[in-house]
Amino acid sequence: MDTLTIAQRRFGSRLLIGTGKFSSPQVMAAAVAASGAEIVTVALRRVDIDNPSDDTLREIDREKLLLLPNTSGARDAAEAVRLARLARAATGIEWVKLEVTPDPYYLLPDPVGTLEAATTLVKEGFVVLPYINADPILARRLEDVGTATVMPLASPIGSNQGMRTRAALEIIIEQSNVPVVVDAGLGLPSHAAEAMEIGADAVLVNTAIATAADPVEMATAFRLAVEAGRRAYLSGPRAPLRRAEASSPLTGFLRDEVTKP
Amino acid sequence: MIQTRTASSIAERLRELQLDVERGVWEQRLRDVTAHDVEAALTSRSGVYSLNKLLALVSPAAEPYLERMAELSRALTLQRFGRAIRLYVPLYVSNYCVNKCRYCGFNCSNDFERVHLTIEEALNEADVLASEGFRDVLLVSGEDKAFVTVDYLAELAARLRERFGFVGAEIYQMSADDYGRLFEAGIEGITLYQETYDRDEYAHYHPAGPKADYDVRLRGPDDMATAGMREIGLGVLLGLADWRIETLALAEHASYMMKRYWQSRISFSFPRLRPACGVSTREFPHLLSDRNLVQMMLALRLCFADAGLVLSTRESRRLRDHLVGLGVTRLSAGSRTNPGGYTHANAASEQFAVDDSRRPAEVAAMLSERGFEPVWKDWDRAFQGR
Repeated sequence: MDTLTIAQRRFGSRLLIGTGKFSSPQVMAAAVAASGAEIVTVALRRVDIDNPSDDTLREIDREKLLLLPNTSGARDAAEAVRLARLARAATGIEWVKLEVTPDPYYLLPDPVGTLEAATTLVKEGFVVLPYINADPILARRLEDVGTATVMPLASPIGSNQGMRTRAALEIIIEQSNVPVVVDAGLGLPSHAAEAMEIGADAVLVNTAIATAADPVEMATAFRLAVEAGRRAYLSGPRAPLRRAEASSPLTGFLRDEVTKP
Repeated sequence: MIQTRTASSIAERLRELQLDVERGVWEQRLRDVTAHDVEAALTSRSGVYSLNKLLALVSPAAEPYLERMAELSRALTLQRFGRAIRLYVPLYVSNYCVNKCRYCGFNCSNDFERVHLTIEEALNEADVLASEGFRDVLLVSGEDKAFVTVDYLAELAARLRERFGFVGAEIYQMSADDYGRLFEAGIEGITLYQETYDRDEYAHYHPAGPKADYDVRLRGPDDMATAGMREIGLGVLLGLADWRIETLALAEHASYMMKRYWQSRISFSFPRLRPACGVSTREFPHLLSDRNLVQMMLALRLCFADAGLVLSTRESRRLRDHLVGLGVTRLSAGSRTNPGGYTHANAASEQFAVDDSRRPAEVAAMLSERGFEPVWKDWDRAFQGR
């Protein structure tokens, strides 16, 4: 069976879900269920991580789902490391989605701070999934320090712009020895399918599902798109060509038989 | 075309544009805006600022386009903030004040019983707020430097951080060093209104006290950002001067801050003048209608996709409910604007009279009914740590 393996843990689903921006924790939970996701990420800033009756946390069934705390809002490595340690102390969860985003507007990840925090957290035994720009060299540097994945963005988070960084993502996918999870900017199921078709190991979606008129139906659509994209990738898709190649208008008159004199 | 460039200070930029004086030229520019200009502004990239675009959107010519502005603002806010509204509550710690602002109930010329809360009294108030669900609290004080000292605020903040995810402050202006001390103590956001960007009106409304210096006031946000504050709240007190021109100056201030201090988030508040002790709104010639206020909010959203838009209980329940989903991102609820008001029913004088007096749970229920999650906690004390 085609499974996703991150840090020796196997997952049947290749769709990860973010839990922000939903109209209620109940809608979030219904969308997560429809998506088939087995990993859901939660901003530590939004929840009382040490309180199991927190409105959001109690909707996440940790028997079935991996709760992946994220460090959303951290401006530098020190803040991100502190948040990760706090989450582990409160919950025992060693996994962390590392986000270091000093710019509060486009929330683009800081490559320097991310590498610094990842280095520290890996040494402390964390399973680190870093959110990064689509930078192939940074992806390699993070792999070198021992992160469990790399999570490059497709376009700025929440922007729904789709695969704007495709060329760089293709390089990361080609070179990476850890799973590549395309993380941000996927606004439509077709964007997610595109990421999977070019060989991403998984995708993470939040805004496109949470802000849809019907989040549950949109979560289903993303589930199907991710499955379709994955199957297409495994089927060995042909590279797109610049023009049609249905026939050979210039050389079609040629025949293979040898004409006898 | 008015060119945008990075000025060395906001004072210089406003002077260069004549947004702080000689407002006649801007009144004329506003009158000159055509429907074509408004349509160009509406088709430009949503959420991105230029002075010309905002000029069109706050002009009288944009008034027939309010519905379209609302549609665009709603879509942009939904995309950037999702179906979530952050709830906060003010905690007034003192109504002593040395200033004579003509619009404020705390004016030192007003004769009423003044109160300031000890740390323990303030914490008792905070207990009530925490029990109502709040995790985001805004400390508010008059300019009472003898009692509400930096040490007082730092100690209170440190104690509040045990229960609240976010502690902000809307207090008298201080130096960058003092803001730095507050930040270290756990106050991560400061709101400081310029009140009005019009120098003449500013002088008129602030006849005495430390707040009387326009240029000192204008430098406040620079000092907060230098101190590392994560959230900086800007605003004008609506009713002191022509709101359209005030909006342009406010936006220039925000744009300047965003370019220069790229790690601090800017939010806008929309305080309209309210009746208060010694203040009748009849004295003010520039009051805004609901329609004006909404035009201002929508115009700012269409220029600043990610700015927090804050609406307090000064506004009516009806207006607040309708603005959820149109651009607002933060609401206060259940507010008392007098120190001690949460633990004592009839305590000291208020800064202003609230309009929406619903309990926090009622506001949360309204948000849920409208398809929005009431967000009590959107920050964590762990960010600010030792």
